[in-house]
Amino acid sequence: MPDLIRRPQIIRSTPAPAIVADDFARLVLTVSTDAPESSESAATVTLPSVADAPNLIVPLAVWQARRDELLARLTQGGKLGVSLAPGEEAEQLAGDFAHLALIAVEFPKFVDGRGYTSATLLRRLGWTGEIRAVGDVLRDQFFLMRRCGIDAFALKEGKDLNDALKAFDDFSFTYAGAVDDPRPLFRRVQRGGASLDAGQSS
Amino acid sequence: MYRYDAYDHAILRQRVAQYRDQVRRWKTGELSDDEFRPLRLQNGLYIQRHAPMFRIAVPYGLLSSTQLRKLAEVARDYDRGYGHFTTRHNLQLNWPKVEDTPDILEKLADVEMHAIQTSGNCVRNVTTSHFAGIDPDEIADPRPFAELLREWSTFQPEFAFLPRKFKIAVSGSTRDRAVTLAHDIGLNIKKNAAGEIGFEVLVGGGLGRTPILAKVIEEFLPWQHLLTFVEAILRVYNSYGRRDNPYKARIKILVHALGAEQFRKEVLEEWANLKDGPSTVGTEELERIARHFTAPDYAALPARDERVDALKASNPAFARWVARNVHPHKQPGYAAVTISLKDPRQPPGDCTSEQMEAVADLADQFSFGELRVSHEQNLVLPDVPVSALPDVWEAAKAKGLSTPTVGLLTDLICCPGGDYCSLANAKSIPIAAAIQERFADLDYLFDIGDLDLNISGCMNACGHHHVGHIGILGVDKNGEEWYQVTLGGHTDGVKGRETALGKVIGPSFSAAEVPEVVETLVRTYVAQRHDDERFLDTFERLGLAPFKEAVYAGRRPAALNTSAARESTHA
Ligand code: HEM
Ligand code: SF4
Repeated sequence: MPDLIRRPQIIRSTPAPAIVADDFARLVLTVSTDAPESSESAATVTLPSVADAPNLIVPLAVWQARRDELLARLTQGGKLGVSLAPGEEAEQLAGDFAHLALIAVEFPKFVDGRGYTSATLLRRLGWTGEIRAVGDVLRDQFFLMRRCGIDAFALKEGKDLNDALKAFDDFSFTYAGAVDDPRPLFRRVQRGGASLDAGQSS
Repeated sequence: MYRYDAYDHAILRQRVAQYRDQVRRWKTGELSDDEFRPLRLQNGLYIQRHAPMFRIAVPYGLLSSTQLRKLAEVARDYDRGYGHFTTRHNLQLNWPKVEDTPDILEKLADVEMHAIQTSGNCVRNVTTSHFAGIDPDEIADPRPFAELLREWSTFQPEFAFLPRKFKIAVSGSTRDRAVTLAHDIGLNIKKNAAGEIGFEVLVGGGLGRTPILAKVIEEFLPWQHLLTFVEAILRVYNSYGRRDNPYKARIKILVHALGAEQFRKEVLEEWANLKDGPSTVGTEELERIARHFTAPDYAALPARDERVDALKASNPAFARWVARNVHPHKQPGYAAVTISLKDPRQPPGDCTSEQMEAVADLADQFSFGELRVSHEQNLVLPDVPVSALPDVWEAAKAKGLSTPTVGLLTDLICCPGGDYCSLANAKSIPIAAAIQERFADLDYLFDIGDLDLNISGCMNACGHHHVGHIGILGVDKNGEEWYQVTLGGHTDGVKGRETALGKVIGPSFSAAEVPEVVETLVRTYVAQRHDDERFLDTFERLGLAPFKEAVYAGRRPAALNTSAARESTHA
């Protein structure tokens, strides 16, 4: 059976950082490295019923293999999300934005930083909906993730959501441009003074 | 030098607060050791052999006397009263307490210093030439560009968790004192026919276990595009760099796998999205930064000084020091002075708090309060009036800082090795000490002339052994410490921007044999050299053979470690 990961609550950074209820389930294929033949494949994995999991996030491979079946769920009142694993290119979803309620970026290990680039590129491709960080997601990454266009955070299990909320205040100023504000600091403010200008955006 | 504005200060203070909270959460168990590791590394904190090791950033090697005094204070109050200057310009403390590190950072923030991104898989401290801004050879001052990159890379959100660490060096002169060919990105300033400034962009160099020299992927990048182009390179690397194996994760492996031409294509394709965008550097911003690096208020001085000439004539010790430790300067009547950290009584690169304070005083008295750290692990007073050289010499001598050997065999680069570093295969400091002892005779050293000898305690190559004229690498053989010798590596500028990796001469040696081996190599050179030939020139003319023969001749086969040096498998 595939794993269905549910988080009762996640953190959203828009409009303002807050803990919100979540009714998505994320389907994860079980992969067995010792017995590859018993690993699940995208083509054959059992999808949960719409009644059981109306709002479902599936891996890119499942989306590609089971497109019609998944699209049918939309007519039954379900919502769909697709998750991108590290190494999967954001471009592959560019034609599908209209069908999706959210795109998840996977961080199987928080030290694997490919998701930051994936999120950046999704925004460049014109995706304006939710980008959700899933997996090994720590508050210590929130600030950076938000700058790359990630606006929802399924915090790693066992971590304190209230504590995590504070992470958005780690920095009031940033040097480089990024998705949240493409202008580097030197284009946002008058630099060189001994006091801060008003009007810094982040 | 660059002075922080209110934004730099605010960012730094918030970083300290963030890190203090991370340390607190680690202490209370909210962050596991695994979770804390990358966070502490991005704040310069390693866990080492005896204690944590704390790496403090010295961006592009520039220090004020105030900053150096603060480093002295921190080393005294939180460590054992000394620190170690590294080949990447930074200062390492070997015995701080983890609990104290937030306080140390708080103190450093007072003087615009930090440990941000001195480790971890992010863009590291940007390095440059220790003679930047004063080098008579300079095409343009690389420091404003290094500062632009410092700001851009500090908490650059997309590239804080790269496949591997990432090092950028910028050089502004025709000579390569920043080892740009051995960096992930090397930027060499050029002028085009119209007199405009741009960069030759090199990618994919690095030492370590797979030494590779960087490839040129752009002949002339106008300076305005510096940040967008670097961003494009990093985005390609972050997406496609290998993560399955840390030894294959550096960008050099990606460039090698794709080929420089294909890599360049990928970069240009990505860059097309960024070029002329908001991160394009404007003249106004460059000028804001460049204003911090204007020449100090030089006096109009004669190029020569009679008192100095007289002392040189009458005092051979002073003459030697001037010959090796004093360097030409583009301003007449001034010189740069290397304050040597190679007194054989201390490990190479080590500096006590008292010595740091003495050097800070010298900088205040004679060099506009400014200093540099060189990648050869020495300090430099960049702007000393020639007339003050005798005073600087006397004061440096009193503190054990006047070893007159810059560029000579005993001015060696040496990593901390097995005495401190948990990755080491072998000790390196005692090897350095034994070589320094063997070559204590200054007349002999001067006769040997220019010779770079570099020692690393393991394949990670922190001591740059690959690019030493003589390189010594600690290897592990069945749990014993052995040393592999390479010849012919170089980075120096005598040939312009040229770098080469040394060649292994043969089976490795025991610690006890190393000084004799070095001596044999030197004797072979002295016997065969032509007039004015440096060790490296003779080596290039004759090749490995005569050196190899001399070293291995008469050695009992039993003493040979005949298997090729085994690579260790540490992380
Ligand atoms: C004692 C703690 C240290 C640790 C744990 C450490 C760790 C490492 C590691 C793991 C590498 C290999 C990177 C690779 O795969 O390319 C490396 C390379 C390097 N380290 Fe260190 N190092 C230490 C001290 C130093 C010191 C003292 C210096 C300077 C004297 C230094 C400067 C460098 C440099 C220049 C490289 C260059 C390799 C390259 O360019 O690719 N490190 N270090
Ligand atoms: S070369 Fe090896 S032994 Fe020396 S400091 Fe680097 S990692 Fe440690």
